[in-house]
Amino acid sequence: MSIPASPDLPARPNVSARPKRGVLQKLARRPLAVIGLAVVAIVVLGALLAPWLTNFDPDQQMFDGLTLTGEPLPPNATFWLGTDLLGRDLLTRILYGARTSLIIGIVANGIALIIGTLVGVTAGYFRGWVGSILMRFTDLMMAFPALLLAICLAAVFQPSLWIVALVIALVNWVQTARVTYTQTSSLAEREFIDAERTIGASSARILFRHILPHLVPTIIVWGTLGISTTVLLEATLSYLGIGVQPPTPSWGNIIFENQTYFQAAPWLVFFPGAAILALALAFNLIGDALRDILDPTQRGRT
Amino acid sequence: MIAYLCRRLFQSLLILLGISIITFALLYLLPADPVRQIAGRSATPATVESIRRQLGLDQPFLVQYGRYLWNLVQGDLGRSYIQRSEVSELIVARLPATLLLMVGAIVCELLIGLTMGLLAAVRRGSATDQSLMVASFVGVSAPQFVVGLLLLYVFAVRLNWFPIGGYGTFSHLILPSLTVGILGAGWYARMMRSSMIDVLRQDYIRTARAKGLARATVLIRHALPNAILPIVAMIGIDVGILMGGIVVVESVFGWPGIGQLVWQAIQRVDIPIIMGVTLVSAFAIVLGNLLADIVAPFIDPRIKLR
Repeated sequence: MSIPASPDLPARPNVSARPKRGVLQKLARRPLAVIGLAVVAIVVLGALLAPWLTNFDPDQQMFDGLTLTGEPLPPNATFWLGTDLLGRDLLTRILYGARTSLIIGIVANGIALIIGTLVGVTAGYFRGWVGSILMRFTDLMMAFPALLLAICLAAVFQPSLWIVALVIALVNWVQTARVTYTQTSSLAEREFIDAERTIGASSARILFRHILPHLVPTIIVWGTLGISTTVLLEATLSYLGIGVQPPTPSWGNIIFENQTYFQAAPWLVFFPGAAILALALAFNLIGDALRDILDPTQRGRT
Repeated sequence: MIAYLCRRLFQSLLILLGISIITFALLYLLPADPVRQIAGRSATPATVESIRRQLGLDQPFLVQYGRYLWNLVQGDLGRSYIQRSEVSELIVARLPATLLLMVGAIVCELLIGLTMGLLAAVRRGSATDQSLMVASFVGVSAPQFVVGLLLLYVFAVRLNWFPIGGYGTFSHLILPSLTVGILGAGWYARMMRSSMIDVLRQDYIRTARAKGLARATVLIRHALPNAILPIVAMIGIDVGILMGGIVVVESVFGWPGIGQLVWQAIQRVDIPIIMGVTLVSAFAIVLGNLLADIVAPFIDPRIKLR
């Protein structure tokens, strides 16, 4: 016979759903985070709906997209943000370029988070020589200037969208590794982990059931801030000509293609530039708000 | 102190060794065959083979790495594929311009960042504080090539206040330094704000106020020096971020430093130059970190060497 549930006992709170809703509500109370979320929503919608938002094709070079002397057109009624050096609609290229930025932002940053967490957690939990080798390697990677290392890698491989994402991931996992390492190694010494070990829990169980859940807030915060870094790095690599290659539009390579003409046609640099700034800023604002909300030790500090 | 120095020096050497292993591995794994590039398209297989033997590229990984390391220790960074000259000579010739830009950028980021952080901390919670912190986020999120092109367009093309690029006089230095500095200014503003807020909470600040000192005196004489200390130590660590900015900004402004060298090397796929500059920068970063650690206890006696 089973014991009837006592009505006096409070229902077990739904641990997985509760804090999430709280976080969203708290985010909604911060004007800066709301602005950030709105910008991200606009960029995502723009990228997804690009074919319906514009009548042009991103690679379509239009006869009426250039003046009679072959110069790009400033913003006007047909081409809202003007045209580029080849007579293509700038707005269309920026909309399709948002796809590049978002894909790289999510893929590169996702890989970086996975590598970083794997390295950090392994080093922090198992310690010993594996841990020290992993962390010395992380220190080593920190000594490389990120942009130059990315340039080396991108110059060594033939750049394509996925290679660029991989290159950025290979440079950007370091911070995540450091943060998760510090947290894991302090968690691993706590009594509840000792207790788990005493009752014979396997390492895998301890890691997935007890350590990783504690790292989720950190991973969310660094993941959000990391997208910002990733978007900027992709734009910079593409601006230097070793990122995403034209004709695939990317905000960085639009500027790369048109910069020789920017004194006469500054909009070709400033519209895509503003897009990069807006997206990077949005993720920084959201990430900062999330850090305040999720990480009580940092509250009110930065 | 001596023991600490020796240990830190040893650690730095180990990191440098690791850096050389990684750069060499990258060169070794390179899909583009340098022999083919040197020999040209029309070379016969026999010629290619003899060049490969001449360059020692037919030997095992470790032997090649040993020679690479031996050359590095002697300051030999290899030869440029295209420019037919020593990479080290190319870098040394351009180093002064880059160092000048670096100094200019550090001055800019400290001036802007510390002032912003100080103002924000003093007016904590006010609209000034909030807008300054948003501004610091804009500084951190702005792609440097866009900032550079924007400054160039407004102040050089439109207003004609500064030259459109190039190198030589003091007015050439302003816009590039400002461009590199804006990113760092964002970080320093946030650090300065939180450091200043921590200091303003201390008891000795309350004592200084209680004994009737003017607000400005308390801030400038008592709070500021202590708030700046932890930030000065950051300058040495900052070198890595500065180097990234410098590559971009030098190519925007046509500044003849090692960043522009990298940019030209990218266009011609001249890998030894890119590797050389990366190695030199990594060396500078390790050195910067070392200096920051060594100098820290001298500026802030509360920091103990371990």
